Amino acid sequence: MTMEHKEYYLTLADTLLILGQRLSEWCGHGPAIEEDIALSNVALDYIGQATSLFKEVAQREGMGKTEDDYAFLRDAWEYRNLLIVEIPNGDYAKTIVRQFVFSTWYYHFLEALEQSNDAFLQGFAQKSIKEVKYHFQHSRDWILRMGGGTAESHRRLQQALNDIWEYTGEMFTTSAAELKAIAAGVGVDNTKIQDTVLRIVDAVFEEAAVQVNPETWMQKGGKEGKHSEHLGFILAEMQFLQRAYPGSKW
Amino acid sequence: MVGAHADLIWEYLRMVEDPEIPVLNVIEMGIVRELVWEEEKKMWHVIITPTYSGCPAMKAIEEDILETLAELQVKNVVVDTVLSPPWTTDWMTDEAREKLRATGIAPPEKGSADKGLLMGRIKEVACPRCHSIHTIMVSQFGTTACKALYKCGDCLEPFDHFKCI
Repeated sequence: MTMEHKEYYLTLADTLLILGQRLSEWCGHGPAIEEDIALSNVALDYIGQATSLFKEVAQREGMGKTEDDYAFLRDAWEYRNLLIVEIPNGDYAKTIVRQFVFSTWYYHFLEALEQSNDAFLQGFAQKSIKEVKYHFQHSRDWILRMGGGTAESHRRLQQALNDIWEYTGEMFTTSAAELKAIAAGVGVDNTKIQDTVLRIVDAVFEEAAVQVNPETWMQKGGKEGKHSEHLGFILAEMQFLQRAYPGSKW
Repeated sequence: MVGAHADLIWEYLRMVEDPEIPVLNVIEMGIVRELVWEEEKKMWHVIITPTYSGCPAMKAIEEDILETLAELQVKNVVVDTVLSPPWTTDWMTDEAREKLRATGIAPPEKGSADKGLLMGRIKEVACPRCHSIHTIMVSQFGTTACKALYKCGDCLEPFDHFKCI
């Protein structure tokens, strides 16, 4: 059975799974125990959200798959995640800048997804937005704290922004799968939330006294399965067990 | 017949504790939403909803429900998870809030759909031990997905606050 809008579901689920996996790398390495716990909690939310999307795909496909088949048995070119989630964590400033821009976009994406005519996605959005509100607040607080902290924290925040910004444009592009989902009233038109998201992001960066380079050339391709080399390394670690011992269970 | 059974099963479900907050059961938490009898398959569906999408306790809760009912000779049970309507702390009863406070966890305020949070508005959380409102948030994320970490400015005790969602 072929599932309609499967790729649309995967674009979102893969983005959440890979970001969750990336953030889990901070577990045991956070700059303070509270931050260690915070990022592990955020990672759990994303992985939980990805799981419910994968479960829905498995059910609609009706081929007897489980959520684990999608997470552990697909290769990099089958993944549809945004590039921004696969780039390495870097220092805490880089992780936080990514978290802040991502959760600002994601919050508004979910707000729009609540209007989807796909009942599952509607429920998913209503559920997830409550969690993302906290992610947004957490990362926003840190942007302000680092921006207004020491000369060193400010320098690192600006450097992080310089490194991350080229990966933010992809959030506002529309892939073929997304265009199809938008036309069907299922998906969100990211171009329509772009202004709101960037307005919030710009205001916080202004308060933190850091600047975005408006000339930045934007990377894209993740949603079409064209990834950086980093995704392969993430999958190698995440999928090792199922690849080495196929079918093993917890 | 089915109705009488349903009442009994609801009572049994009260025996299932939340694994991370054992002072509350799954009914008080608002995790169990519905109990449905499917005549065709002769099967009970216990409908549950997660507090947080990634809450690791959900799997344990599902297993505990099945195990508890099986021990009490309720057969043919499945647990279904639904996301909609999304779980909210508003579903927690006053009694449940009091139990939380008594165990040292500041309960969630009512009225969860609160956009002020997005704009960084600070909310008032009373210390569950000395009831002082001179408290500070140490971290938005606490010992479990559903809690934040606070500290009391008067009695100086750290405590968990059950977040509003």
